[in-house]
Amino acid sequence: MKVENPAGDIVELMTINLGPSHPATHGTLRAFCALDGETVSAAACEMGYLHRGFEKMVEQGTYSMVLPYTDRLNYCSAMLNNIGFCKAVETMFGIELPERCVRLRVIIGELSRVIDHLVCIGANLVDLGAMTNFWYFFNPRESVYKIWEKISGARLTNTWTRIGGLYRDAYDGFSDDIRAVVTKIEHAIAEVRALIEHNKIFLDRTKDVCVVSAEDAISWGWTGPCLRACGVDRDLRKDEPYYGYETYDFDTVIGTTGDTYDRVMVRMLEMIESISIIRQALDKLEDGPINSTDARVRLPNKQAVYHDMEALINQFKLIYEGVRPPPGEHYDATEAANGELGFFVVSDGGTNPYKVKVRPPCFTQYAAFGEMIEGSLVADALPTLASINIIAGELDR
Amino acid sequence: MAKVVARPELTWAERLYFVEIFKGMKLTIGHALKTLSNPDTLTTLVYPEVQPDLPQDYRSRHRLMKRPDGDPRCVACYMCSTACPARCIEIEAEEAGDHHIEKRPAVFNIDLLLCIYCGMCVEACPCDAIRMDTKKAILVDDARHKFIISRDQMLDWDPSDYPDTDVTSQEAPGGKLNEEARKAFESGTGH
Ligand code: SF4
Ligand code: SF4
Repeated sequence: MKVENPAGDIVELMTINLGPSHPATHGTLRAFCALDGETVSAAACEMGYLHRGFEKMVEQGTYSMVLPYTDRLNYCSAMLNNIGFCKAVETMFGIELPERCVRLRVIIGELSRVIDHLVCIGANLVDLGAMTNFWYFFNPRESVYKIWEKISGARLTNTWTRIGGLYRDAYDGFSDDIRAVVTKIEHAIAEVRALIEHNKIFLDRTKDVCVVSAEDAISWGWTGPCLRACGVDRDLRKDEPYYGYETYDFDTVIGTTGDTYDRVMVRMLEMIESISIIRQALDKLEDGPINSTDARVRLPNKQAVYHDMEALINQFKLIYEGVRPPPGEHYDATEAANGELGFFVVSDGGTNPYKVKVRPPCFTQYAAFGEMIEGSLVADALPTLASINIIAGELDR
Repeated sequence: MAKVVARPELTWAERLYFVEIFKGMKLTIGHALKTLSNPDTLTTLVYPEVQPDLPQDYRSRHRLMKRPDGDPRCVACYMCSTACPARCIEIEAEEAGDHHIEKRPAVFNIDLLLCIYCGMCVEACPCDAIRMDTKKAILVDDARHKFIISRDQMLDWDPSDYPDTDVTSQEAPGGKLNEEARKAFESGTGH
């Protein structure tokens, strides 16, 4: 492609499509780049390349039927999405959750955040050619998936929360499993840090690469670790605490420069903070009910259903009609692994959501991607894509 | 208080590159030796020769529970198919013969290619007639229609694969609370 540059010279550019776009991959992206040699002269990102139709599909079913769809948004931390959606609907009802339910949601949510960061950093380092770290992170991640199997009965698409409670309580030995796995993760983090922190290749390829200033990040609408890497101290768990996050002792982690290095290291240190939250929550975890007793939202317990006519009718009503939040609009956000995951739910008082709009954290980050990589090398563009952690399932819904 | 990511400058020895590479090699070779001396610590499975060990309550292929006389416990109430987000359960009811029970399924098909294994059908069932505990999570076949499993396929299971413990019950309606559910069933107050 021949184009005229601002100086009036004719330059020969090569156009390529960047990103995984095989039809069999679970996430597809397209960044259309014009290359001048190895430098990206211009880039444009395409949204909607993977059409899932999340928002339209959830209008076809009841509120409970939305839950399995949320698993498939950011599938690296499915349960954080479950929690986010349930929290949005629960706030519409104004339901108080039992303490044990909230603690379990915090523990599982933070552990999901940790494994999401493990995948993100691991894959990011693979893009830089450092394969070993990926395996060191994936070993403890597999142990976490063993816990997921036991607690939710599924590995990836957990569907573990329910509106007004949880699908299942923790099993015997849950606390010990979690404590063992976080120790493993800490060990893996220490090993990977030993491998990369003083590694000349890693530092040369990430420091001052694809820098985003704090102002730009805010005006792009960034949230989460990527925003914090630009030096903005914003974390919903601190700024708008929910689930008692204000009672846990943890710090947010911020960067100074907003380059790939900061984005990797912010995630790395955040995992350590999350592990500390998990330990504190485990110490405070007490026995008790996990489901709200509010008959408008949560199925009665099975013992009652087998014996008691009222409970059986309640079960019938909740299955045949589903939950019916009061009419109105509601926006509710949680701090997911990637940033602010918001659900804007419109209810007309019926059993199906009138509209569910998702505000996925990737969306705003990917919007900036084209501008970020303009002027950088192709080889740097890929680690940058990994460092803003684009999960296409969430990006395009 | 926020923690700030440190940006260390490399010392001249680190900038030499080789020193750090050897340190890294020490760590990775240590890992390799540890695994070689004890292969059981490997996380990976030699799949498919070695199958993953799934917990009993892993959400896997469905089965239908039976009454003591061998009839399906299902009363064809359509709750599971109503709750199913994938709408993959097809039920046709018929008269049960026993007027206390009224209905039973003549047809009960689940399309496993549509099923997302969410477990909502099990949660919806008011009489513990459907469960997902067969540990059959990896299904392979050569034609699409073979993935639509029928009532009889789901009723065909061997009780010895499902030991009757206090968390599972085979004969009477009841989930975790087997004894009480059995009493309810026997006294006729169960459904
Ligand atoms: S597991 Fe879920 S998708 Fe499958 S049949 Fe049951 S309710 Fe439907
Ligand atoms: S399996 Fe249970 S929920 Fe489904 S139709 Fe039969 S009795 Fe009803």
